[in-house]
Amino acid sequence: MSKVKTGIGRRSFIKSVGVASGGLIIGFNWLACKRATEEGGEEMAMQMPDEWFELNGYLKIGDNGIVTIYSPNPEIGQNVKTSMPMIVAEELDVDWNNVIVEQAPLNTDIFTRQLAGGSQSIRQGWESLRTAGATARQMLLTAAAKQWEVPVSELTVEEGVIKHKGSDKTMGYGEIAKAAAQVEVPEEVELKDNDNFKIIGTSRKNVDAKKIVTGQPLYGLDTYKDGMLIAMLVQPPAFGMEFKSMDSDKVKEMPGIVDVFTIDTYPEDMEKEWSDVAAFSKLVVVVGESTWQVMQAKKELKVEWDLNPKLTEQIQILEKSAGMAGATGLESSDIHNTLMAEVGEKKSEVVRKDGEPEKAFKNAARVIERSYTCPFLAHNCMEPMNFFADVTSDKALLLGPIQTPEYAEKSVNKRLGFDLEDIDIQMTRMGGGFGRRLYGHFLVEAAVISQKMGKPIKLVYSREDDMTNGVYRPAYHVKYRAALDANNKLTAFHVNAGGIPESPLFANRFPAGAIDNYLAESWSLESNISTGAFRAPRSNFIAGAEQSFLDELAEEMGQDPIQFRLDMLKRAESDPVGEENDYDAKRYAGVLKVARDRSGWNNGSSSQSRGVSAYYCHNSYVAQILDMTIKNNEPLIDKVTCVVDCGIVVNPDAAKNMVEGGTIDGIGHALYSEITFKDGAPQKSNFDTYNLIRHKQAPKKIDVHFIDNGVDPTGLGEPPFPPVQGALANALYKATGKRFYKQPFVNELKNAGSDLKT
Amino acid sequence: MAEFNLTINGKNLSVDVDPKTPLLWVLRDHLKMVGTKYGCGIAQCGACTVHFNGSAVRSCQLPISSAAGNEITTIEGLSENGDHPVQKAWLEHDVPQCGYCQAGQIMSASALLKKNPSPSDEEIENAMNGNICRCGTYTRIKAAIKTASDSQIA
Repeated sequence: MSKVKTGIGRRSFIKSVGVASGGLIIGFNWLACKRATEEGGEEMAMQMPDEWFELNGYLKIGDNGIVTIYSPNPEIGQNVKTSMPMIVAEELDVDWNNVIVEQAPLNTDIFTRQLAGGSQSIRQGWESLRTAGATARQMLLTAAAKQWEVPVSELTVEEGVIKHKGSDKTMGYGEIAKAAAQVEVPEEVELKDNDNFKIIGTSRKNVDAKKIVTGQPLYGLDTYKDGMLIAMLVQPPAFGMEFKSMDSDKVKEMPGIVDVFTIDTYPEDMEKEWSDVAAFSKLVVVVGESTWQVMQAKKELKVEWDLNPKLTEQIQILEKSAGMAGATGLESSDIHNTLMAEVGEKKSEVVRKDGEPEKAFKNAARVIERSYTCPFLAHNCMEPMNFFADVTSDKALLLGPIQTPEYAEKSVNKRLGFDLEDIDIQMTRMGGGFGRRLYGHFLVEAAVISQKMGKPIKLVYSREDDMTNGVYRPAYHVKYRAALDANNKLTAFHVNAGGIPESPLFANRFPAGAIDNYLAESWSLESNISTGAFRAPRSNFIAGAEQSFLDELAEEMGQDPIQFRLDMLKRAESDPVGEENDYDAKRYAGVLKVARDRSGWNNGSSSQSRGVSAYYCHNSYVAQILDMTIKNNEPLIDKVTCVVDCGIVVNPDAAKNMVEGGTIDGIGHALYSEITFKDGAPQKSNFDTYNLIRHKQAPKKIDVHFIDNGVDPTGLGEPPFPPVQGALANALYKATGKRFYKQPFVNELKNAGSDLKT
Repeated sequence: MAEFNLTINGKNLSVDVDPKTPLLWVLRDHLKMVGTKYGCGIAQCGACTVHFNGSAVRSCQLPISSAAGNEITTIEGLSENGDHPVQKAWLEHDVPQCGYCQAGQIMSASALLKKNPSPSDEEIENAMNGNICRCGTYTRIKAAIKTASDSQIA
């Protein structure tokens, strides 16, 4: 057992600060009285208590022993709404079947880091969630001991039932909850040893599953409230343009249309939060009674747009410096690609240098040099951006899908001038996040529109609005060089990485630390296309590129690709170069070794083409081995073996689901997806042209294995996504005899045509 | 605007809307049945799938004037207690991640199994290819359909 002080975030344990009302009612009862049991789909009636007692901000206990646990963090499909309460329930020692989970609203008095991002919810919530459960348990025991007039040390608990060793007396949590709520919060509590976990490490079903499969309202877009109007936006057709004028008279007369006007979401004098990324601040708003009516009105609206000189000037300078005639400052993908290829060849900012790389390259018997690129990507959450806002003269209620409620609250505070306590932000289950909903401009837009209308509104983005609104995954370019001596030994490694508008470089990650002479350089180019974090930012490109290059390098050196990596990792473990390396070489090698064994890599008789990759990001290690064949010129992925070291796995089957999904997502984006531009305009705006991976293209089988090492949990939502792209590229090479350097690979695969081995 | 009489999940309902209004928006905005999801509006993602006289259709492309007088089933009416074999299989395999596309997936899967109670892998893939899952739960969806197909045969 380990003792922890409850002093950190102590306000969370003052009962009077408790969550007032759980989630906001959006037309249904959050406290559904029925839920699926663990055994299957059968329903179990759950009797609601007459009275609840809050023991701390994370939980309340009913007089009948039913426990409500508030899940603090936003739920974007990473399943924290199940796994975070599981951690509380573990230390509380209750029967999971007696637990009701509610999404907590934003409450900075109680919770810390209510944010879905960086795969950090479980890692950073681990101690506070456990402490919350353990503290309540301690208070219940203290109250029971007092009532029975026995020492606390003589009490035990199992599944919410307290027992006294000497007298065999028992008491349910419900019977003592009222008294426990009056007990002083302990200064220090004991946490369980890992060996005593009964809930953590066991598979528990998604707490919202029944609602999801029966179509009950859960998502922001499902919000309907009496008197609510629908608002939609008309945004500039291209990045670099802005609103000039409009003729809205006719549209205002259309059926169901209430108003048409413009807003400026982020006035120039407003101090923005990091999360206030928005390509377009001045927007046209159409408000009406129903979504379909507003969609029709949008089509009829005549708006004129102008170049925005502030946004286009910098780009024009770039274009002119590259000798481009007719530079307009409206960006196009062909210009991006030309510029990236050109700048990617130049010397850039040195971020890390070990040994004497220049000398080693000069003395090399052979230099291998390869460049890799990827396009911009749209997040394409299945639930388009939306938010409900009800802003009155003194209060703002905002309800919907947001990954960063705390920052959104600050933005609303600055934009509307309301005090933080007058802004209520409620989170709905999200139809995907992937980083897109870190940037809450849609929430601010909804607040501004509701204030202007003096009515509750729901802002809805159409799919086209969503896909052409920016906040894209940046476009990246990386050049790798390796120096080999006369004995075919690797003597130096050089990475020069950049992108629009940021570099994907992680200078201190593998293979840094494994090579004596190492050079990492970084560059970036300006853009007026807005970009943001996309599942595993930067790793989502550089992992695949690096792992493809290492594969090619191993081949050039006549080595097995896994053994080649393991040898490098051994060097990094036993005699690391530099002191800034941010990975654990032993754990890194660990996932590779297990993947090698589980996939039967050394058996060598597989009829499929295989590729391997391994990567470290978000504090976790993932190795993937992908088996594929080419059939009718289409890649057919037979199997992916995934080995993950993310420490303790809280909810194994759900974690497996996450790894399967991340793997499919990684393959899909590397193989099929891109967004391109012409004169500033996105060339794709819906799923007829924007390709997302579909059923037929998904791997037939995904084998997931977790390393059991008892280490405190690390990230899982992002780590399976980046490396599989390298495994895919390396398998494609085995299948086709061609190396793939440019994502999405499907473009080069088409060009490969009849050369393919089938 | 015009009045339309609809049969949705066995109930007779009437709405007064523009005849071109897609069934999707009548369900969501007018009838407050929000289980049917908006994903793309152009029949490319499958999130809005409902049953039209027993077949899977994209409700974002079905004008209300064409829906009237036909049997419409939505996710809310697939079963009375959420115990359709496909729904049960979805729970058993704990398929959803974000969950947003799953109503559409379930409606496509249940329409498939009605016509073809024991589909092959290829038949499943063909029938489901119009339903995008951005979270990538495809392998679980396929496993759940197989479970449901077995339970329907038994």
